[in-house]
Amino acid sequence: MEMSNIQVYKKNLKTQEITLNMGPQHPSTHGVYRCILTLDGEYVTHLENVMGYLHRGMEKLAEDRTYTQFIPYTDRLDYLAAALNNIGYVQTVEKLMDIEVPERAEYIRVIVGELQRIASHLVYVGSYALDVNGFTGWMYAFRDRERILDLFEMITGSRMTLSFPRIGGVSHDITDEFVEGLEKFIEDFPACLDEFDGLVTGNEIFQARTKGVGVLDVETAINYGISGPNLRASGYEFDLRKHDPYGIYDRFEFDIPTGENGDSFDRFIVRMEEMRQSLRIIKQALRDIPDGPIQAKVPKVIKPKAGEVYHQIEGAKGWLGYYLVSDGSTKPYRLHIHGPSFVNLGVFPEIAKGGNIQDAVVILASIDIVLGEVDR
Amino acid sequence: MDKQIELAEKLAKKFKDKVEVLEEEPGTLYVSKDDFLDVMTKLKEKHGFNYLVDLTAVDYENEIVAVYHLMVLPDCDKVKVKVKLDKEDPRIPSVVSLWAAADVQERETYDLMGVIYEGHPNLKRILCPDDFEGHPLRKDYKLEARR
Amino acid sequence: MERLFLNLGEGIQQWLASLGLGATAVSLIMVAIKVAAILGFVLLNVLYLVYLERKISAYIQQRLGPNRVGPRGLLQTTMDVIKLISKEDIIPQAADRKVFRLAAIVVFIPAVMLYAVIPFGKDMIAIDLNIGVFYFIAVSSTTTIAFLMAGWGSNNKYSLLGGMRTVAQMVSYEIPLVFSILGVIMLTGSLKMSDIIAAQKDVWFIVLQPIAFLIFFIAGTAELNRAPFDLPEGEQELIAGATTEYSGMRWAIFFLAEYSNLVAMSALAVTLFLGGPSGPWAPSWIWFVIKVYIMIYLFMWVRWTFPRIRVDHLMHTNWKFLLPLSLANILVTGIGIKIFEWFS
Repeated sequence: MEMSNIQVYKKNLKTQEITLNMGPQHPSTHGVYRCILTLDGEYVTHLENVMGYLHRGMEKLAEDRTYTQFIPYTDRLDYLAAALNNIGYVQTVEKLMDIEVPERAEYIRVIVGELQRIASHLVYVGSYALDVNGFTGWMYAFRDRERILDLFEMITGSRMTLSFPRIGGVSHDITDEFVEGLEKFIEDFPACLDEFDGLVTGNEIFQARTKGVGVLDVETAINYGISGPNLRASGYEFDLRKHDPYGIYDRFEFDIPTGENGDSFDRFIVRMEEMRQSLRIIKQALRDIPDGPIQAKVPKVIKPKAGEVYHQIEGAKGWLGYYLVSDGSTKPYRLHIHGPSFVNLGVFPEIAKGGNIQDAVVILASIDIVLGEVDR
Repeated sequence: MDKQIELAEKLAKKFKDKVEVLEEEPGTLYVSKDDFLDVMTKLKEKHGFNYLVDLTAVDYENEIVAVYHLMVLPDCDKVKVKVKLDKEDPRIPSVVSLWAAADVQERETYDLMGVIYEGHPNLKRILCPDDFEGHPLRKDYKLEARR
Repeated sequence: MERLFLNLGEGIQQWLASLGLGATAVSLIMVAIKVAAILGFVLLNVLYLVYLERKISAYIQQRLGPNRVGPRGLLQTTMDVIKLISKEDIIPQAADRKVFRLAAIVVFIPAVMLYAVIPFGKDMIAIDLNIGVFYFIAVSSTTTIAFLMAGWGSNNKYSLLGGMRTVAQMVSYEIPLVFSILGVIMLTGSLKMSDIIAAQKDVWFIVLQPIAFLIFFIAGTAELNRAPFDLPEGEQELIAGATTEYSGMRWAIFFLAEYSNLVAMSALAVTLFLGGPSGPWAPSWIWFVIKVYIMIYLFMWVRWTFPRIRVDHLMHTNWKFLLPLSLANILVTGIGIKIFEWFS
């Protein structure tokens, strides 16, 4: 059969795929992360993760520090949620040594931990808005986060690298000034979230950019070990704070927001809703907080008996796990840090395939990685 | 913790001689390298351990031990599986086919600890540079003094 | 006041003639002066617009914006320009040097040429061409070539993607842009700028052609590569698109052209839809500046509120929404004119 002109034309028309190196210096890789994109036009046909640019050998460092000395290092894991990393680490050591933490310290940990979760999610929604070029959304989110950092400064003296929990308690008690500021914040914050919803979430273009992009179904999510808000966005109602409570989380009442489609938009709204739930937890904690000591009696030299423990908490990015092996000395024999960002990033090549380069940026923003935690 | 110990004993009975629970380490299933993939497959498919919580390895004096933490979602039943590996040539079958989550974590453990996961689709360094020599988390890895 | 600039021009002309120069020499010098005046207007505008954009974005985002250099930060952009001029001129080794260098010039020429037909005030138009609108569209469309040259000449994948996007976007959005203008042309029956302004003596065309204005605004935003249609730059995906490899003054020229086009497009919108340079009490050129700045503010407001559209949605919006709408607008306008003729 004779070929028509168009068929001849199509046959002779050769297209070529190009390889595009995105990162390590790129505006939307959220740090020093690189992905190698293979593009057909603007569509991604293959994607490869390259990480490790921020690898500092945390796990090796831990083997040469005492148990207490390692607390500041955990700040630098997920540097947007330092308090949660600290809490996870000290709880791991406490679990290994069977230390009972005073009530008041537990409540302070919850308050600061949930504030930190809000701060981390604010960076997430802000940078998400920025990645679709909604610069104003970014500024709004950071304006609100600033207030949380100010609150942190009041009790810990530090804004980002808090290092405030200690093995067996916390380093500082909360002050009246802090409580006052926090109450003001609790009062103002819902309006800030509504404002953000009006500016970004409700925007037609934003929804068109994110809905149906990077769909991650529940089976794939569980198979890939996706945890935290990303798993919940796929429609799986599971929160370590509720289903496997650690600390005193079994005392608080809160809902677990879940998504329906597992797309980038769901991952966004799940976090928006989680901020509201965190606020609820803070309110309850602030209401119930008892007086008392903030530090348990622990030996001057932390020297756990030989043994091992795995402890995971609901971090801001997912389930942050610490696997601690002790040989009975003052230093950890082996500390393995299970960074949720690291595992969550593993699914990125899978779900970014088939979309275009703009989708890839949105998906990367939506799975919320922090390179300090990816590379450790 | 008690729940995990009970479960481990129950599982040990089911797997009979393939799985061993040491007295000093209750709640941990010790599996030999040859039975490993078989046990893991059964854990996933028969006993519902659908979620790989964590995968790593520890360098002890005489052996390298691969450690797997598994979990049942949403019941939160947990189990820890350990495999003792030869220190000179640590090799173990890859579990990527069971849990895709193992992909990056096996690469990490290979990179830092030097455990070779047989059957991994893309076993290369992930955190250290490609031309890096040695595996830094090994106890015999020589650290350079700070300059 | 009204004839301030015109009288100034005439004064200079008379003074030149009194020096004993020939008529040709005088008119040549007058053209040079006019060009210099327009260039001065454009450059000063850009200088201030960058500052304005930063201030407006700052107020939208609840921050202060530039406030350190000079009173209220007014000298900030001047300092920026001095910095850009003094920067090293870097041309990447792999770049096609000729095309790379030429692109920065090609982008600026049409941006200035546009001002030849813009009425800055009553009788204040450099050349009142009888195809003024057509000239404007034709010249502004050549900017596309400059972006393609920059994208191709840089020999960088991000630049190439940016260049391709620019061409696809600007070529497609030109069609609804022209069609929306067509409604206005049908009402006036002339392509001449002064005729269009004269026809709006009683009622502005934004009232008679609201849909055309909307289409013009959307397509104009896309033509200017401004958010939400700033895909050619697409910072989050393509670093800086076609201009990724440009730095120093060459980059500044792209920047300059972008803002110059913004002023020109706003001026066209004012001429076509907002009655041109006319208004009560104040001189016409003051009204021109006020109206142009209102348009510019609209463009900026949109930029700092909306996220960026995706590349396939961009095309859908154009071909499936704007184009049919603009065609329908032409049809309705035509019917309207016929009915109007019928009754009068």
